[in-house]
Amino acid sequence: MIASLHNLSAAELAARYPATHPVGDWVRAHLGAAGAFTVNALIALALTTVFVSLTALFLVWMERKVCARFQLRLGPNRVGPFGLMQTLADGLKLFLKESFMPREADFFVYYLAPLIPITSSFMVFCVLPFDHNIQIADPQGGLVYLCAFLGMGVFGVLLAGWSSNNKYSLLGALRSGAQMIAYEISYVLCLLLIVLASGSASTRDIVLAQHGTVLDWWLFKLPGCGVLGFIIFIISSTAELHRAPFDIAEAESELTGGFHTEYSGMGFSMFFLSEYANLFVTAGLGATLFLGGFLAPQFGFGPLDHALALVPGFVWFMLKVYALIFLYMWLRWTFPRLRVDQLMALEWKFLLPVALGNLAVAAVLVTLGWLIP
Amino acid sequence: MSAVEASLVLPPGFEPAAGGREAEAYYLNMGPQHPSTHGVLRLVVRLDGETVLGVVPHPGYVHRGIEKMGENMTVLQYLHHTDRMDYLSSLANSLSLCLIVERALGIGVPERAEYIRVIMCELQRIASHMLWWGVFGMDLGAITTFFYGFRDHELITELFEEVCGARLTLNYFRPGGVVADVPADFVPKVQKIIEQTRRSLDEFDRLLTKNVIIQERTHGVGVLSAAVARNYGCSGAVLRASGVNYDVRKNDPYSIYDRFAFDVPLGKNGDCFDRYEVRMREMAESARILEQAVAQFPAEGAWRAKELPQYKLPAGSWFQWVEAARGAFGSFIVSDGNAKPVRIKNRSPGFSNLSVLEEIARGAKLADLVTILSTLDIVVPDIDR
Repeated sequence: MIASLHNLSAAELAARYPATHPVGDWVRAHLGAAGAFTVNALIALALTTVFVSLTALFLVWMERKVCARFQLRLGPNRVGPFGLMQTLADGLKLFLKESFMPREADFFVYYLAPLIPITSSFMVFCVLPFDHNIQIADPQGGLVYLCAFLGMGVFGVLLAGWSSNNKYSLLGALRSGAQMIAYEISYVLCLLLIVLASGSASTRDIVLAQHGTVLDWWLFKLPGCGVLGFIIFIISSTAELHRAPFDIAEAESELTGGFHTEYSGMGFSMFFLSEYANLFVTAGLGATLFLGGFLAPQFGFGPLDHALALVPGFVWFMLKVYALIFLYMWLRWTFPRLRVDQLMALEWKFLLPVALGNLAVAAVLVTLGWLIP
Repeated sequence: MSAVEASLVLPPGFEPAAGGREAEAYYLNMGPQHPSTHGVLRLVVRLDGETVLGVVPHPGYVHRGIEKMGENMTVLQYLHHTDRMDYLSSLANSLSLCLIVERALGIGVPERAEYIRVIMCELQRIASHMLWWGVFGMDLGAITTFFYGFRDHELITELFEEVCGARLTLNYFRPGGVVADVPADFVPKVQKIIEQTRRSLDEFDRLLTKNVIIQERTHGVGVLSAAVARNYGCSGAVLRASGVNYDVRKNDPYSIYDRFAFDVPLGKNGDCFDRYEVRMREMAESARILEQAVAQFPAEGAWRAKELPQYKLPAGSWFQWVEAARGAFGSFIVSDGNAKPVRIKNRSPGFSNLSVLEEIARGAKLADLVTILSTLDIVVPDIDR
């Protein structure tokens, strides 16, 4: 009889999922504490930079391919195998383009604005648990940190819209500001739901709290509340990401380019890069909070469970993230856009009360221990 | 005063009144290069936040003086210029001119040519509405619809290409018939298009019409009352969505439209959704006409009456209108008996339909303005001529 993987104590979990990576251990063993700190930080920085850039390039390609398939087209297929090099070529083109600034625009703010969203995306990457030992930092208040930096991105949008000296940009920025403030609330309420259930705001602890079968994922473990929370999370995070049907900040049929109308060259590509980096982060957050993060899906059936557990956690994490990313793309290429007032009404009159009620019900369920066994 | 400051000074009469919300208003220039003005239309919008206080269309960016050019050419030479007004219903446009020449000179049209004309016109109505549907979705942010609309538009365009070699500006009708016979497999191909249209309409309903966001964004938006629609001379789906039952094919029949049974879809409220639905139902009605026309299509026969060396209209004035995809398109010709007409005037549906924009867009949101403009279904070269 193969031993069950489920229902481990905290110590057993920590032993099964060690937090330190062999590479980091090796550095620590060979350099002093201060040296190891510096070298490990540099390794993490290099890896993050490469990973974020490659992910953004890949996601742009994927979005174009997915949208092409939804639209009876083939998508990019000329540059490189399956058109994979297309985004690289486009990126190079953007790099060589003139950085244009309209007359009367605010020079300092105009060029500062594109850097803010991309900075916040990089910062958020630090707390994503890619695997039990691939995570740059695991602060106890991981989700608080994450909310802070995700919310920072809107400053870039607001500043870009204001400094462009363009009415379309300003309208886009104002819409974006109102939208972010509104949807941030139900977004955070979803995060709070998971913190409540896991008893921790550390992203690693949240994943480990879902250890067990698929039914132990917070999506299912909290009866009803998990699924409802997940739906609210998907809706509000789509709004946070400025993706259709909530892309009123860009709304190309109304505002031409929205807040980034005037940006060209690297300014534009920074916004573009951060958009896709944020897409990955948000999907990663969804996978971490609701879908067991790096944990392999277990179905309570011995041999299958052991086979699935052989696949590294990193792969499971990526699979879950890309499944969610596909969902976001599916939504974007199917739905028309909401109007500004309808968007606000949806949040304040519907999503917010539902999210609050959901949190209250979940609190009662957790207190009484009425969870799916 | 610098150039920038000078550009900020409004012309006399345009300055908002001091004090109150009116002073908060600002102007937004939409177009002539803008993704949803469908070509080179310019709108000057006065906004209070997101709310439209007023909107003034400024057409004229593709004015070519077609009507003036018509005074320096024969009617037959002018014929292909009608294609370049509303290029999405080029056949209906040229039909109005052909009907005038036939009436003035007493030219009879062979039976087969009459059927070819009706089939081609109705095919083009479907193609035009399909394209409109795709663009409408895109204006509301659902870019995918654009490609589905174009898929079916393309089927019809391919048939046009086979029939007359052109895809957009067809130049196919001539006084007394059509320029060339249709290919042998014309009828089966039209039947295939009828089937595809019906399938697509179901698909479109599932994809867009029943979508809750579309319902929310079109119901009660841009309400056009029947009285206003009549006053502004609106026609086509814009007029019928307001509940006015007027279709040139029914009320002033031309060609052989009196032989076919079809309904004129009407709206109730005159809002964007009604205009949307009327166009969707019009496609189904066009498919019905096509079905009957294909069933009655003469297997053989002449496609053009005997050609004349010159189509010289006798002195006098003639008017003929037809139901184009966007509404009533009319041609008015004054002739003094010479080969070249004294005056040509075209009545284009787009101009009247656009004029109503300010009436119905006032008080709407900026996003609604795009929806309203899209459901008015304008083609800018038709407005500018």
